[in-house]
Amino acid sequence: MNHDHTLNPETMPQEPEKATLEGKNKFLGLWFFLGGETVLFASLFGTFVALRNSTAGGPTSQEMFGLGLVFIMTVLLLTSSLTSVYAIYHMKNNNFKLMQLWLGITGLLGLGFLSLEIYEFAHYITDYGFTFRSSAFGSAFYTLVGFHGGHVIFGVSWLITLLIRNAKRGLNLYNAPKFYIFSLYWHFIDVVWVFVFTVVYLMGKVG
Amino acid sequence: MSSIAATQKRRSFGAFLWDYLTTVDHKKIAHLYLFGGGFFFLLGGLEAMIIRIQLIKPENDFVSAGIFNEMFTMHGTTMIFLAAMPLIIGLMNAAMPLQIGARDVAFPFLNALSFWLFMFGGILLNCSWFLGGAPDAGWTSYVPLAITSPGHGVDFYIAGLQIAGAGTLMSGINFLATIVNMRAPGMTYMRMPLFTWTTFITSVLIVFAFPPLTIGLFLLMFDRMFGSAFFDVALGGNAIIWQHLFWIFGHPEVYILILPIFGIFSEVFATFSKKRLFGYTPMVFATMLIAFLGFMVWAHHMFTVGMGPMANSIFAVATMAIAVPTGIKIFNWLATMWGGNVQINSAMLWALGFIPSFTIGGMTGVMLASVVADYQYHDTYFVVAHFHYVIVGGTVFGIFAGLHYWWPKMFGRVLNEAMGKLTFWTFFIGFHLTFFIQHFLGLMGMPRRYWVFLEGQELDLGNLISTIGAFFMAFGVVVFLINIVYTAMKGEQAAADPWDGRTLEWTVASPPPYYNFKQVPLVRGLDALWVEKTEGRGEMTPSEPLDDIHMPNSSILPFIISLGFFIAGFGFIYQPDNKLWYIVLYGGMAISVGAMIVRSVKDDLGYYIKKEELEREAD
Amino acid sequence: MENTNSNQNLNSFQKQKNKEEMKKQLISFTLMIVLTLIAFAIVAMGAIEKIYVIPLLIVLAVIQVGFQFYYFMHMKDKDHGMPATIIYGGVWAALLTLAGLGVVSWW
Repeated sequence: MNHDHTLNPETMPQEPEKATLEGKNKFLGLWFFLGGETVLFASLFGTFVALRNSTAGGPTSQEMFGLGLVFIMTVLLLTSSLTSVYAIYHMKNNNFKLMQLWLGITGLLGLGFLSLEIYEFAHYITDYGFTFRSSAFGSAFYTLVGFHGGHVIFGVSWLITLLIRNAKRGLNLYNAPKFYIFSLYWHFIDVVWVFVFTVVYLMGKVG
Repeated sequence: MSSIAATQKRRSFGAFLWDYLTTVDHKKIAHLYLFGGGFFFLLGGLEAMIIRIQLIKPENDFVSAGIFNEMFTMHGTTMIFLAAMPLIIGLMNAAMPLQIGARDVAFPFLNALSFWLFMFGGILLNCSWFLGGAPDAGWTSYVPLAITSPGHGVDFYIAGLQIAGAGTLMSGINFLATIVNMRAPGMTYMRMPLFTWTTFITSVLIVFAFPPLTIGLFLLMFDRMFGSAFFDVALGGNAIIWQHLFWIFGHPEVYILILPIFGIFSEVFATFSKKRLFGYTPMVFATMLIAFLGFMVWAHHMFTVGMGPMANSIFAVATMAIAVPTGIKIFNWLATMWGGNVQINSAMLWALGFIPSFTIGGMTGVMLASVVADYQYHDTYFVVAHFHYVIVGGTVFGIFAGLHYWWPKMFGRVLNEAMGKLTFWTFFIGFHLTFFIQHFLGLMGMPRRYWVFLEGQELDLGNLISTIGAFFMAFGVVVFLINIVYTAMKGEQAAADPWDGRTLEWTVASPPPYYNFKQVPLVRGLDALWVEKTEGRGEMTPSEPLDDIHMPNSSILPFIISLGFFIAGFGFIYQPDNKLWYIVLYGGMAISVGAMIVRSVKDDLGYYIKKEELEREAD
Repeated sequence: MENTNSNQNLNSFQKQKNKEEMKKQLISFTLMIVLTLIAFAIVAMGAIEKIYVIPLLIVLAVIQVGFQFYYFMHMKDKDHGMPATIIYGGVWAALLTLAGLGVVSWW
């Protein structure tokens, strides 16, 4: 029996990402991974909460944090979440070109978020001498926010790899799950950011 | 013999090695885990022997104090992370997919990667012996001792466990997706064998428990290697954070070590009593309850740290509560045997030995759960006795039982019964000699992790007996090794169903063909095979027509990815000494990331075994 | 191999459903932006007492995260029982971790 048609059917199913066993497994696998990531970030948040006042005489959150920059970063990341939803919408409509476009925009917004974050860190280091080593609060802050940023970097790299690898292949039942689980991961990064801006920046400002 | 298996026999050793280096087959990966876990079990056993020889008499100088610290640190770390976990994961790999009627796990490539990450992590950790000294801050690596410990020992601990731990987390996700998505038609959740259920629940524990360890290890790494201040009191750090993170991992970890064992015993008791497991539904829910409660008791390892009476009491009560579902299980196993046609073989001996041993361990656990009493027990040999009773009397006994039970399925031979019984009796007697007396040594005040005890403390006889017991256990293990070699050379071929089994793994040949099931079976009830034996035709009905079978491709990439992290580990460990080590760090990462990119960029669609080929194969 | 099929075979009912779904996603997004604005505004204005602000911020965050999970990540759709279970399980373990590190840690 010829198996070529299984991944390129004449009619694309309405949920291409779950139309194969491999797709169903990847879908579940990523959700299970996100369950673990929830506890991972909770450990980091817990450590931060325990150490947020251990400033060792250095600058505190109230002195340093600027809400304007953080708000712009939040809007960028939240919008990138929406653009990835658009991308998957186009994937379900079997429109490869529009999916690529919206994924590209997602990546650009993610890069925008990252640049602002790098700028923010540089600003703290040079203007306040607030570093990873200057206090327990510093260690906890840069580790928590940095781990989140690291996840964004990984996400953008994953996205670029996906776009390049599939550029000539188009959409089929083998790579549809790959795009879908990427978007789940990307949404989760935004979930974590909601708690980051709430717990680190907003509560940090409140004191 | 079938055409496919026949060609496999004529391979060279090189081809055999390459097969195992590139395999993504859960059955071969199980062999690898058993080999790796077995090897580290021997290493851990050697470390235990050295500890016991040092403590055979007061003020002994068999090893120095520093070496003694490295010994107990490595004994604990090796036995838990590099012996018990891999042996358990090996058995889960061997049996679970067959029990649910699947042809492999959900992510075969990831399965191979999990193994190689464990192997390289374990090797990295043990390289420390030759490179300036093993870690010496205990398997729990408390700060600030772990921060100030000179040399690179603790750095090896961090790197080795981080790499091996990543593999375990991947296995957890893999088994979960497999059990949820790949059960044979007719196998509802409440028709799964107990071992599959415990694999499922253990995997949930793994997914939730390993991340706090990951973070704890990162924080320790950052403080030691990059100068951060998480645990540096001068800059506002806090040592309790390590304890919380470690035990939020550590307590679920011990349930990860025991729940699969409970699953093994459920299979063994039912099969060798020729009677279905008593109280299947309560057993499933008891397992879930143990897992759930297991997450809420971690601070019972921290009673004496000063959390205050309120926190201590909450954790004490929760800890005692876990005894209830566990007790339910013990009674259900006994009820399974009651009125059954009980056959006593090696697997059953281990199961019978487990019942009183684990119960004693559980009982001392409830004693330790009393906060006020624990202030006396803490850091004495009473604690050492408790956890060895549950880990050896539980986990190790269960692994032996599982090995005897599934050896025919994994290797096509039945382990020699006479040697099996000899191993059991010598190990069982040695175990109780070594550890029962330690309850009393602890009550008499002997502290743990001390390299000597003094003259005139009346601890001499107890320690001597304890050491003698260790030699009995060593003897039992050696006999088991001889058994393995003897069986490989002279053992008779095993039938598909040597034990008159009840579950699906006994419907395929021993060992199974590489595709497991020619046709996925139709499951019509709990104990799927037994249902057919008692009410059906004595064999499974297929649930699908004979057709092409989709199989995954082998790959050397999991080995290469793990090798890259292994190399990078050395870079991480030594870069505080000399910045040139960053070349090794980045070089190793480049190998791993490069291999991951190669994996991502290629399409890997597997291959198909043609229907015609399957029709030619004997059943 | 290239995907050469077209989406004319996707029936119009399905396309209509996708469009309606997209509208819901857009509404979710707008609400999430509003929740973010409210949270930032509360802190920027400093008008409310600290003891009320902290729980309020947490509630706003949880609602926003709810939208992320249930709408953007499709947790409200069918066949998401297991994902929902694992996330709630993770949240439970997360709360325990936070409670331990936050409440029972001191100097």
